[in-house]
Amino acid sequence: MLYSHDWLRTLVPHDRSASELAALIGRHVATIDDIRALRADLAPIVIARVIEAGRHPNSDHLWVTKVDDGSGALLDVVCGAPNVVAGTLYPFARVGTVMPTGNKGGILIERRKIRGEWSNGMLCSAKELGLGEDHDGIMPLELDVPTGTPLLAALPIGDTCLEVDVLPNRPDLFSHLGMAREVAALTRTRMRPLAEAVASEVGGANAALPTVVRDRDAASAAGVQVRLEDRAGCPRYMAAIIRGVTVGPSPEWLVQRLAAVGARSISNVVDVTNYMLQGAGQPMHAFDLARLAQATLVIRSAKDGERLLTLDGGERTLGAGMTVIADAERAVAIAGVIGGRNSEVTEGTTDVVLEVAAFDARTTRRTRRALGIQTDAAHRFERGVDAAGTAAALAAAAQLLVAVAGGRVEGIVDVGEVPAPPASVPLGMPRLSRLLGDAVSAEEVAELLRGIGFSATRDGDRLVVEPPTWRRDILRDADLVEEVARLRGYDRLPDTLNASRPGAVPEHPYAAVTRRLQTALVAAGLQEVRPMPFVRGDDATHVRVANPLAEDEPHLRQFVAESLARRAEYNLTRMEGNVRLFEVGSVFRKSNDRLPVESMHAGVLLMGLRRPPHFTEPEPPAFDAWDARALAERIVPLAHAGTMQAVPGEGGADLWRIQVNGAEVARVFRVEIDRPVWAHEAFGIELWVGVMESADVAPPATHAATSTESIAQVAYPKYRPLPTQPAAEFDLALLLPPGMAAQRVEEVIRGAAGALLESIRVFDEYRGTGLPDGHRSVAWRLTFRDSTRTLRDKEVEGRRAKIVQTLEKELGIRPRGS
Amino acid sequence: MTLAELLSACDELRATALQEVAGAGSIDAWTDLRTALVGRKGGRVTHLMAALPGLPAEERRSAGAAINALKQAVEAALDAREAELRAAAGGGPALDLTMPGRTAWRGSRHPVTLVIDEITEIFRELGFTVALGPEAETEWYNFGALNFPADHPAMDMHDTLYLGPGTVLRTHTSPVQVRTMQRWNPPIRVLAPGNVYRRDFFDATHAPAFAQIEGLAIDEGISFADLKATLTHFAKRFYGATTRTRFGPSFFPFTEPSAQMDVEIDLGDGRGLRWVEIMGTGLVHPAVIEAAGLDSQRYSGWAFGMGPARIAMSRYGIPDIRLLYDSDVRFLEQFA
Repeated sequence: MLYSHDWLRTLVPHDRSASELAALIGRHVATIDDIRALRADLAPIVIARVIEAGRHPNSDHLWVTKVDDGSGALLDVVCGAPNVVAGTLYPFARVGTVMPTGNKGGILIERRKIRGEWSNGMLCSAKELGLGEDHDGIMPLELDVPTGTPLLAALPIGDTCLEVDVLPNRPDLFSHLGMAREVAALTRTRMRPLAEAVASEVGGANAALPTVVRDRDAASAAGVQVRLEDRAGCPRYMAAIIRGVTVGPSPEWLVQRLAAVGARSISNVVDVTNYMLQGAGQPMHAFDLARLAQATLVIRSAKDGERLLTLDGGERTLGAGMTVIADAERAVAIAGVIGGRNSEVTEGTTDVVLEVAAFDARTTRRTRRALGIQTDAAHRFERGVDAAGTAAALAAAAQLLVAVAGGRVEGIVDVGEVPAPPASVPLGMPRLSRLLGDAVSAEEVAELLRGIGFSATRDGDRLVVEPPTWRRDILRDADLVEEVARLRGYDRLPDTLNASRPGAVPEHPYAAVTRRLQTALVAAGLQEVRPMPFVRGDDATHVRVANPLAEDEPHLRQFVAESLARRAEYNLTRMEGNVRLFEVGSVFRKSNDRLPVESMHAGVLLMGLRRPPHFTEPEPPAFDAWDARALAERIVPLAHAGTMQAVPGEGGADLWRIQVNGAEVARVFRVEIDRPVWAHEAFGIELWVGVMESADVAPPATHAATSTESIAQVAYPKYRPLPTQPAAEFDLALLLPPGMAAQRVEEVIRGAAGALLESIRVFDEYRGTGLPDGHRSVAWRLTFRDSTRTLRDKEVEGRRAKIVQTLEKELGIRPRGS
Repeated sequence: MTLAELLSACDELRATALQEVAGAGSIDAWTDLRTALVGRKGGRVTHLMAALPGLPAEERRSAGAAINALKQAVEAALDAREAELRAAAGGGPALDLTMPGRTAWRGSRHPVTLVIDEITEIFRELGFTVALGPEAETEWYNFGALNFPADHPAMDMHDTLYLGPGTVLRTHTSPVQVRTMQRWNPPIRVLAPGNVYRRDFFDATHAPAFAQIEGLAIDEGISFADLKATLTHFAKRFYGATTRTRFGPSFFPFTEPSAQMDVEIDLGDGRGLRWVEIMGTGLVHPAVIEAAGLDSQRYSGWAFGMGPARIAMSRYGIPDIRLLYDSDVRFLEQFA
């Protein structure tokens, strides 16, 4: 919302500068987004004194003057004004100045010769500075300031606009009146009533108003009937009948007021409604009485399919659930949103019906959304307009209208109900002090609240507070605690760090797992990413977002790998082929319940060189499946404790399924991506961390006694004594026929090797010449050790013989070369 | 040769060989000496091996061990002498020490994670733990339990991505407040980092999915003064001990009083120190405490929410939020 500093001052006379006012509002009311001096363009104009003024030798109407602009030297300036007087101060534009808004706006002042005499700058008239229409001469300044003072610093010229981020719970602030109320309270200044402020604007006394004709359902005055049928859509409707107005341009002050808050002047009648919208927060509408059939206004539900050409030029089709204002025949306005062309005030209008109503917030919101229109009026009605304030707003508006457009207020009607005031709210003083952490007296609280229109009565150690009609956001004591805190100022509260009990909530187990995974993967040289989980999936398998932002990515991912593959492609298009990414994040699976099944996964993608190239190794090998498997086996135990096993996948992209205690928790696979020929193959790991607990409905409160459940247990390593005896090793190169898995061979070796086998490790694989077709040679290194004695050669030889024999018997395979 | 003769030959050779090695004056002399001593053919140490087969079988083992020990001693002396000679010769021609070392790939945490981790560390010192909650939420957890009135314009602040009737992608991390209070009894001190979603178009300053971090403290007797103290302490730890903070009015349906905290910081954009809003905060609304099943007369508390992405952008000078999502490896490696 934009506020004019001058406008606020007509409501709360004060002498604070705009920036002081802004600081006050920012500390106590709402965030200041911007402060704009509306005549900032006058900044280069300085105040200068004419020291001498003499006739121009070559002209009978020009003067040659010597000017002191505060810069030290006297300047020769040629001037055409008849009123130049030596010794007087004038506004002065130095050479180099770009002229401000005015009849020379935008012109650059240069040193130039005028009829043979040099002129170094320009003495300015009011019109040249956009400060009035006076162009009879330059603008004499009766001030006591040194020369060179900026004009803006010496004169209160030009309004300042404050842009304030009004909070959604404070619809009462959507007006100058509302903000003035806060300013008055904060500065302990009296706020003028609306009518008094309007009178000061027009510079005259207010016109007398006729008696209001009030009825619950229908009322007539001055030959106009108003009937309220849709009570839900419009609790209260008031109208003033004004005859004999002259539609025309608005007076300058009104144009300026509206301009200061970014509104364009349209005509005096329309400008009055806009003035009241911005000034009092009360949207208004003016109908041309002559165009209302049978001089009747009916507030009723719209008929389904009813059409109306609105003021913005749109042809609107209305529907049930909307409220309209109609005459005896047709709709003439959409309640709270926008008026119709068919009853619009035009140049020829003489008789006006001025509407001031309180339309229902939800109906307005629904209607505005259904029609897709946003208007200032709807914006306010949606947030709530004070229905108790309509009478004062109407009176002020009618008087203002008569003042600027002439005519007489012949009748005022008021149909509907004045809503009940908000319920009173008790505020316990001990609780208030406890919540603020500061002792506040009941007297201070009562004074603060009264300042913004509340009433407060002492009742023991509490105050019974009655909020004003415009503060329907005050529902319980917490709301009052906020009022007290902000009006006193948050900065006044103490901020000593007191001891507090440590939290009793254990760390979420997945948080600990996430940190372990991040640390391990970063140490392995991978880069963490945080992409969005949106993908182009399949409705059959993927959860769909009902209202996606981008139709090409309407689904939520099932696997982190889906995101990582797209990110790898992004890098490939930028010619980056070394891509090592990981993410720990949420994935989603369709479910028969309301919520999808959400799990935490870790995803890894490896592509490109295994190491950065070095001159000793210009072409390092690329990542392959074995790198991916080893990394998977590195990270799986960080999330799942137990016995881990890598089971070969089904072939193709599916490389391994990693199981822990027999349950699959991770997969290692080839990643299918759009890959240029120069890029290496990509490998992925998808690790399931766990399902996110997400009870669909509020569970019953299950507060047990404070839990001592500890953080997810880390599996502590258990020390094994270091060997004190030497080991004995031998190598076994075996010829494996096609289809023989190394793991199977290893199992047989282990079975035959006995308890002294300490480790077994594949160290070579060979395929090719010298071997039977399809066969391969795989070599293992076996290490034996007895923890209590040195093994004898014979024992080891015996083991070897037994292993070879068993392999031959059980698998039919032999050592290579035998 | 008998075993005794062999052993004494070993001792003799050890003494002369070590003397000769120490006396090798150049790499060339050293090379010749090496061949003469341990060369595969005709080396003097190697030569002793030839005597082994002539010994009785039971003596071969100890003879072999003695020759092996001799060989190892001689080779160690040769290696040491070579290093001395090469060092004396200025490292030799092999290493150009101006060439670069061998590197490994460096991993990195995402800048947003770096900020979250830093914030979490500070609050851990104050007894906070990390709580997590689902990103797919019910409207009740996301709005209803947080005191959003149905169909209230306040919900305009959250233009929401829906998954179906009554289910949304959470618009803030605040549902974790409710889940935590439902599950655990006070004292509660948790931080809830996580991703949240808004129906915002993706441009230089907005993203439809972004990280948020929430803090929640609930206990008996917690006041706004505690909120101010804790968050001010945080700001000074995070931005530096001299950082000033200020609190101004704000509005959230789930806090009352609501506030925003501004810090006076230099964003490094040449504009110097200025006030920047970094978080929304306030006392937890009693309606939220009640919705989670706790007694709002007995318990009170405060909460805050902040955007680590914005902080990362100002801290690291990242001009466009999309860089945080593109996952360009040249961007990511800057945070290694």
